Amino acid sequence: MLLAIDFALIIEKLVLIVIVVMASLLIAMYATYGERKIAAILQDRRGPNRAGPFGILQPVADGLKLFFKEEIIPDFSSKFLFILGPSLAMMTAIMTSAVVPWGGKVHLFDRDISLQIADVNVGILYVFAVVSMGVYGIMIGGWASNNKYSLMGALRAASQIISYELAMGISIIALLMVTGSLSLKEMVVQQQGSLWNICYQPLGFFIFLICAFAECNRAPFDLAEAESELIGGYHTEYSSMKLGFYLFSEYINMFISSVIMSTLYFGGYDIPFVNEALYDQNLMAILGVLVLMAKVICFIFFFMWVRWTIPRFRYDQLMNLGWRILIPLALFNMLVTGALVLLKQNNWHF
Amino acid sequence: MSITEILFWGLSALALFSAIMVVASKSPVHSILYLIVVFFAISGHYVLLNAQFLAIVNIIVYAGAIMVLFLFVVMLMNLNAESEPKKHRMMQFAGLISGGCLFLVIISAISDTQHASNMVQMSTGGDGLIKNLGKVLFKDYVLPFEISSVLFLSAMIGAVVIGKKESPPTPKGGDL
Repeated sequence: MLLAIDFALIIEKLVLIVIVVMASLLIAMYATYGERKIAAILQDRRGPNRAGPFGILQPVADGLKLFFKEEIIPDFSSKFLFILGPSLAMMTAIMTSAVVPWGGKVHLFDRDISLQIADVNVGILYVFAVVSMGVYGIMIGGWASNNKYSLMGALRAASQIISYELAMGISIIALLMVTGSLSLKEMVVQQQGSLWNICYQPLGFFIFLICAFAECNRAPFDLAEAESELIGGYHTEYSSMKLGFYLFSEYINMFISSVIMSTLYFGGYDIPFVNEALYDQNLMAILGVLVLMAKVICFIFFFMWVRWTIPRFRYDQLMNLGWRILIPLALFNMLVTGALVLLKQNNWHF
Repeated sequence: MSITEILFWGLSALALFSAIMVVASKSPVHSILYLIVVFFAISGHYVLLNAQFLAIVNIIVYAGAIMVLFLFVVMLMNLNAESEPKKHRMMQFAGLISGGCLFLVIISAISDTQHASNMVQMSTGGDGLIKNLGKVLFKDYVLPFEISSVLFLSAMIGAVVIGKKESPPTPKGGDL
């Protein structure tokens, strides 16, 4: 045989990839609906209620509308880069889902199928790398638009993401000291046996949460598309489904960062107060996925709640928060965690 | 041909093509984007050599941070191929010679190593894993490691000092 490949494994992984990507898209789609409904509730309105019962078909209608809109590519812009921008934004948003452990193992067709696409031993760093790639979609799109407002939005997004990446990375280092592993799967397995990481790293989680808001370009950190200053920021010149991609990638990012936060700090697919080993493997795997989704939905609700509660930061406030508050806090957290871990290794003797 | 060899040749072709395009493309923005592709291809090679940590750090540091700053500067200064002044012929000549010297040094260094003929190293144990790397760095090479950290710190402080000198200090942070 020319190529020695385990075809069953490839089919298994392909099916898993298709399911994960489809589920991410579907959840992101209904996150837009959720956002409008939550905004409506918080502002004492009804929200979308015409398409289908309770407006449940609204995201489908929105998607169709975006597809039928005229597509405009501005003159004097690089056409290739103009199209590359939203594609990259969408791609990097979806790529993170590859290392997330969605559940335990399922026993199907005489195979133990792990509900994780790739259990790489640098899992959390992979997530970090893909997140840092996310800024290219915005930067390239903003620059290729050949519009100064778009460029301003792109530059804001870049400097914001670089600034908040530092604090995020340092808070992850503190978490790694506690868990001693970079693999997301390993972290979940550890949390199944003991307390969730949030108990050991409350400050680290708080910093990570704020940075996740900034990395997703979500309010109150949506300076890149501040409509009162920059019209629409980096997507001013975009129309039709290319605009849809940018808007949609924001919701996928929100979903994925909720998944990552649940996995890192809230036990991932761990079902609280239940010893999974005592029950049927398949049942527990499916319940685990549902529990993870419940945690994720709580986070998504929190994202939306914050957006409709807290006004946008000013740009200098954003930079002050990132550099003068979050980074020193994260460093402090890292030092304290390191000292405690060292003490624990010495059996609490100095 | 095994799947690792196919990946090796594919990644090598991609890396070489993109590296040539970095130099050949007229627009600075395109050059930077090709350079990012080069970093990705090289990270792929690191994975094939069983150095996952190095691969991912290469992406985080080079493609994720340094190249963003490159792009940032190029976009902010709005460098274009038309407005860029033509380089003097002597400068081009000097660049050619220094680049060629570096090329010779690299070739002679690579031909001396033992593993020059190994394209990929699969399952050679955990040499490139973060645990072993950390142990080597903090046990055998702790002094060079710390010295280079101090060097980085001083470079950082130097950059801040130079950046401050140009403009009078503003009460609020810089605004875009």
